[in-house]
Amino acid sequence: MGNITGIGAAILRKEDKRFITGRGNYVADVKLPGMTYAVFIRSPHAHARLLGIDASAALDMPGVVAVLTGADLKADGVGGIPCGWGITGKDGLPMKEPPHPAMAHGKVRHVGDAVALVVAESVDLARLAADAVVVEYDVLPAVVGVIDALMPGAPAVFEDIPDNLCCDWEIGDRAATDAAFASAAHVAKINLVNNRLIGNPMEPRAAVAQYESSTGRTTLWSTSQFPHVVKLLMGNFVLGIPQHKLRVIAPDVGGGFGVKQFHYAEEAVITWAARRLDVPVKWVSERSEGFVSDAQGRDHVTEAEMALDETGKFLGLRVSTVANMGGYLSTFGPNIPTNLYGPLLAGVYTTPAIYCEVKVVFTNTVPVDAYRGAGRPEATFVLERLVDVAAAQLGMDRVAIRRHNMIPTAAYPYQTPVMMEYDSGDPTGCLDRALALSDWDGFAARRAEAATRGRYRGIGLATYVEACGLAPSRIAGRLGARGGLYESATVRVHATGDVTVLIGTHCHGQGHETTFAQIVSEKLGIPADKIEVVFGDTDKVQFGMGTYGSRSLSVGGSALAKSVDKVILKGRKIAAHLLEAGEPDIEFADGKFSVAGTDRSLKFEEICLAAYIPHNYPLEVLEPGLEEQSFYDPVNFTFPGGAHVAEVEIEADTGTVHLLSYVAVDDIGTVINPMIVAGQLHGGIVQGAGQALCETAVYDDSSGQLLSGSFMDYAMPRADIMPNMKIVTHSTRCTHNDLGVKGCGEVGTIGSPATVMSAVVDALSPLGITHVDMPASPNRIWRAIKAARVAQAAE
Amino acid sequence: MELTLTVNGRKVAVDVPTDMLLVDLLRERLGLTGTHVGCDTSQCGACVVHADGVSVKSCTMLAVAAQGSQVTSIEGISGAGGRNSLHPMQQAFHENHGLQCGFCTPGMIMSSIDFANRNAAPTEAEVRHWLEGNMCRCTGYQNIVASILAGTAAMHATGSVEAA
Repeated sequence: MGNITGIGAAILRKEDKRFITGRGNYVADVKLPGMTYAVFIRSPHAHARLLGIDASAALDMPGVVAVLTGADLKADGVGGIPCGWGITGKDGLPMKEPPHPAMAHGKVRHVGDAVALVVAESVDLARLAADAVVVEYDVLPAVVGVIDALMPGAPAVFEDIPDNLCCDWEIGDRAATDAAFASAAHVAKINLVNNRLIGNPMEPRAAVAQYESSTGRTTLWSTSQFPHVVKLLMGNFVLGIPQHKLRVIAPDVGGGFGVKQFHYAEEAVITWAARRLDVPVKWVSERSEGFVSDAQGRDHVTEAEMALDETGKFLGLRVSTVANMGGYLSTFGPNIPTNLYGPLLAGVYTTPAIYCEVKVVFTNTVPVDAYRGAGRPEATFVLERLVDVAAAQLGMDRVAIRRHNMIPTAAYPYQTPVMMEYDSGDPTGCLDRALALSDWDGFAARRAEAATRGRYRGIGLATYVEACGLAPSRIAGRLGARGGLYESATVRVHATGDVTVLIGTHCHGQGHETTFAQIVSEKLGIPADKIEVVFGDTDKVQFGMGTYGSRSLSVGGSALAKSVDKVILKGRKIAAHLLEAGEPDIEFADGKFSVAGTDRSLKFEEICLAAYIPHNYPLEVLEPGLEEQSFYDPVNFTFPGGAHVAEVEIEADTGTVHLLSYVAVDDIGTVINPMIVAGQLHGGIVQGAGQALCETAVYDDSSGQLLSGSFMDYAMPRADIMPNMKIVTHSTRCTHNDLGVKGCGEVGTIGSPATVMSAVVDALSPLGITHVDMPASPNRIWRAIKAARVAQAAE
Repeated sequence: MELTLTVNGRKVAVDVPTDMLLVDLLRERLGLTGTHVGCDTSQCGACVVHADGVSVKSCTMLAVAAQGSQVTSIEGISGAGGRNSLHPMQQAFHENHGLQCGFCTPGMIMSSIDFANRNAAPTEAEVRHWLEGNMCRCTGYQNIVASILAGTAAMHATGSVEAA
């Protein structure tokens, strides 16, 4: 088609200009008359009884407005922070769900747990006053690691949960899996750790709240990926503010990655303080504060084994994982290592029997929740590492064993033994292209050449499948979701034919203002610059579940497409009237309504004008105006998939890993804007490579102090972590949404840790090394090399 | 203390505490919120501005240290080619999809302009090394590197390079 701003066009982003000129509007930029500034006082201890808080000296300081504590929250009847998912254990009982006070009272349960809020006329005054508040603690023994937490006699994070076990969850057919192992020719095993990560979007979290006593309305500006959900959870469950009196605005938000998709205690405390004190209150997290108060990601300890027949066919997979929840249940916490993990363990293989059990455990650490990929990178890492180990054990080629077990493309739709029905995919097609693009077959020469320079060279691959497009509400409800997971979009066509889209997803870097405009442009045949996309304000946008789980396009985009279709349908009725033709004879294409087989037509803009100036209009049967709304609830998850290949060199003397090349071939369904898709892949892959090579959250085992608590200590990926990546899409259409889209926000992060670690282990395989945990830091690799050389020398 | 400096070409006289950071002067006093704060350890580079043509982390410089200086923030670099015109480095970030959430972008662009002033024909490796002090969590850096290479070439081609 001639539409240069429609689906598939790599148009430049509509939203760029305000960001490149410094005119973005982030929460930290919000300034209100009479605004006060808040600082949280946070626990320096991982586990302690809170004996008393003496704020008298602070309250005497000039400019100090208030010091508020958990006791004040309790006195005001403020509720705890609710968890959005309630999972069910093997025993059929609901998970343990201890209270999550918005500020601690009685006990603190992790370093960074908020104990008081200081409000003052400036941030500096608030900080000074915070230093003057005396908090008395009775320090208790802390527990950090999940294995330690399950040991008899371990400190109990919650007194009434003495074993620290939130839930013992399972999926799959245990008996069938055990039978598969009983008949197996080979069993491959792996024990691994999926290291804890800290998401660190570049914009720290922030909240500003204002109460207008004259109208009784409360407004919260928050760095949120889902303002409508914050409005519902905070208004309804925490503060008791009626929905029509509460407005939540998430303006420009500087990256999310899951970290900003939870209802945080700080949002509720700042809103409560603004209402209680009747002054606007602003809080902006410092980075070091974010390290101990933003929900963290991953943190699994896993034992997994694969049963294979003599040809290397997968017969069964058995996985046992212990997952860390931290000190409280965050909004999606218990859902991540269970529903978003176990059902992904089939990967792209035909393994007939799978059983997975997950113990979800409390510890004295920052709460753990979704972080880009959320359960699915963990599943991919377990499965793909295990496949590599099995290949090595059977003496099979890593590619051959995967091909031998892949779901044939013709077998889609494919029902796995762990709940999911994949609608479409082409894993072998992705693999073939990844191998060709990476010159897999020419690797031996490159390895030999590297050896002459004293370097270990390795090549690695991983396949993956993702379940995203969260989510079919009915299925999610069965799995424990306490909300719907549909999305809504309104298409407001103005009398001039310009369009405003009001959508319930939230954009914090993904380019929605462009991508969604392209969908409308494609369908209505109007240029994208005539379309404005509005999100992030509950007073403007009807409702929405926000952005996470790679859902914006497949769920939000589908709602948008439905609304545009309704606009076209109404436009046809108007056109039929104006063109004096039967509605079935009206065709709509290239922005024109025409009578089939004639030269009579009206432009889209002429129909819009008629809808708003209905002088000649079928008012008896049709309302004037042209605005349509849809709520779309998907019938299934979407299933992106792909194959990635990475190549590394390792310095034998220092253990330094150099990531030399990265090829990603991904099946993400219909591509709306290939430029934006490539950007999503780049960012996702580097986040996964960060986990594989440098990032890790380190807590001191005895004190529970976060040792990697700043950018000095937590190794964020920098620009020199890797060279340019090759990104290729190899798409099959999603069969259950009209756009055929699957989602691309998380695929990079899902595929890359397993891919990079496959390459690292391959590089070290001449030393007899079959697995190393992440991150493959120089220290860890150097130690692994040294240990392997000692072992080899001893043989 | 009484502080006189030039910000984005405009003379400014303000009374500031001696411990005020340059970034707080820009953001809180002058309302120039394009300069961002992304960390508290001088690592992330979201706060980079120019002081007398050289990139500095404004979170790590006292406002009083800018006495008599020419300070340029992200808000001050466009418009040289007429109203609404972008600086070549801004244009390059737009054309190469060098930004996603936009939070690191002002610091990235200000840092990149300083880099371009010092390097006429840089390699990709030199760009990646220069970015040691600027973090981005969204882009994986690939399109930022492409933006800087393109922006540097455009700056040198259009004569918008300043001697450092």
